[in-house]
Amino acid sequence: MTPTEANEQIVIEERWNLTYRHSAGPINSHFFVRLRDAGELLGRFCPTCERVLMPPRSFCDRCFVETTRWQPVGPGGRLEMFTTVHRKFQGLPDPPYCFGYVLLDGADTAILNYVRGIDLSDAAAVQALGVGTRMRVALADKRQGRMSDFWFEPE
Amino acid sequence: MANTPTVAIVGTGQTRYQHRYPDVPYRDLIFTAVNRVLADAHAKIADIDAVVYPMAPDALIGVSHAERWAADAVGALGKPFIRVNTGGVTGLSAAQAGYDLVASGQYDVVLVAGADRVGESGDAQEILNRIWDPFYERSLPLNTITMLAMQAVRFMYKYGSDERDMAIVSARAHRNGVDNPFAHIQRAVTVEEVLASAPISAPIKLLDCCPQSSGGAAVLLCNGDLAERFTDTPAWIRGVGHSTETYWMGDRVGPKAQCDHADSEALRQAAESAYRMAGLRAADMDVAELYAPFSNIELHDIQDVGLCAPGDVMRLSREGAFDRDGATAVNPSGGVLCANPISVTALVRVIEAALQVQGKAGAHQVAGARHAIATGIGGDHQYFGAVVVSNTLP
Repeated sequence: MTPTEANEQIVIEERWNLTYRHSAGPINSHFFVRLRDAGELLGRFCPTCERVLMPPRSFCDRCFVETTRWQPVGPGGRLEMFTTVHRKFQGLPDPPYCFGYVLLDGADTAILNYVRGIDLSDAAAVQALGVGTRMRVALADKRQGRMSDFWFEPE
Repeated sequence: MANTPTVAIVGTGQTRYQHRYPDVPYRDLIFTAVNRVLADAHAKIADIDAVVYPMAPDALIGVSHAERWAADAVGALGKPFIRVNTGGVTGLSAAQAGYDLVASGQYDVVLVAGADRVGESGDAQEILNRIWDPFYERSLPLNTITMLAMQAVRFMYKYGSDERDMAIVSARAHRNGVDNPFAHIQRAVTVEEVLASAPISAPIKLLDCCPQSSGGAAVLLCNGDLAERFTDTPAWIRGVGHSTETYWMGDRVGPKAQCDHADSEALRQAAESAYRMAGLRAADMDVAELYAPFSNIELHDIQDVGLCAPGDVMRLSREGAFDRDGATAVNPSGGVLCANPISVTALVRVIEAALQVQGKAGAHQVAGARHAIATGIGGDHQYFGAVVVSNTLP
């Protein structure tokens, strides 16, 4: 394509290692604090479409209005979509793992987390998971106010 | 709208798409694509009034504000220059931006050109994980494969499709890609080979996936009154459209969802807008270059651009309705499954649609193609765009 005079091609290897401090704001912070301190999952209510939004947010994108109050949701719910991963992606966890969106009881939108409590080497157990499978929130003993404080297990 | 200028694609330029270009740096890929579009349109860089540059996440090529580095490779010196980024649909959004610049009457000749180097990043999926919310979603292993594996799960649930339906799409695309000299993957695969390929993110398997590609692409747009200066066979941009889904994938399930993650209402809206502008219907399309980086995405694309009724895509696909000699040839180029240079992938859909109605698609030409639709998808299955091109004006 482009003529090359040198046989040797120089390759510069680089790594980006950047540090950010993402401020979560009051709504997201309250969710994570309550999750950490009380093991409680809280959605936010939109007064216009009357949906309980999970994850909670300060405004509803559909109605373009502020959400107005907190609503406890779960701990049961319905698995809506999920995937079991078999390939290693750089920088992401070692496979196999399963994760998916669960519509928690009392919520109108689904939240993402790991699906645990099943043996992913057991094809029949994996096969038994489907859209509509009942799930339950499981809580970590030592919680840090992060998504890793909870996950889902089949009921 | 009576005085709105018509807009023609009067030239296209592509490099071969391949995993890496160890002997051609990023800017030279763009420079090559631009020279090819200029040659195709018998144009000079001085003929160009403005430039639109598609570039998706900078991290894929590892240069922040990549537009600074790219500006001279697209010939932008002394000209207005715009960067467009809507993720995977970037290239098509850039083409629409170019269309708008000409249709507004502000500029007569606009170049849309860019390139990507996906094979140079260590793992594109590590970068694509960073497109999610840092509070709730990014700490989970979302990436474009796992996100769209979940689309496949929803589609199977809603329409009763299976992995064989996905494999049929992949086999069709790979069969087509053999005849496209620019395709990254030019190798036919059988349905059984797809079904037997390595599991990646269930139900997506290796041969349901696009490759990570590098390459450059360019189109030259002009005011229709000037088209004959550049070509005898313009592809007329008859219609354009874009729409957007909610960012929140978890809002696309459950009884109160406006649109299921299985489908895309925004793609339906984008296509409908483009057809309406064009004064054409889905049934008029001879060719559809639909953005489908995984085989399952093509199934919902076909339905959402109206090429069949919801739920009919699996049967029609099995019957050959979307083969090169079918009712509508879908991805006769091999599509995204055979080349995915992310920033320009959706521009390649526009290029391939144009080549078909120009009668210049060579070995993968669809006989007698008059009208074609091109689409793109970006973000977390979020931004959708469509362009309709024809070999005639109304």
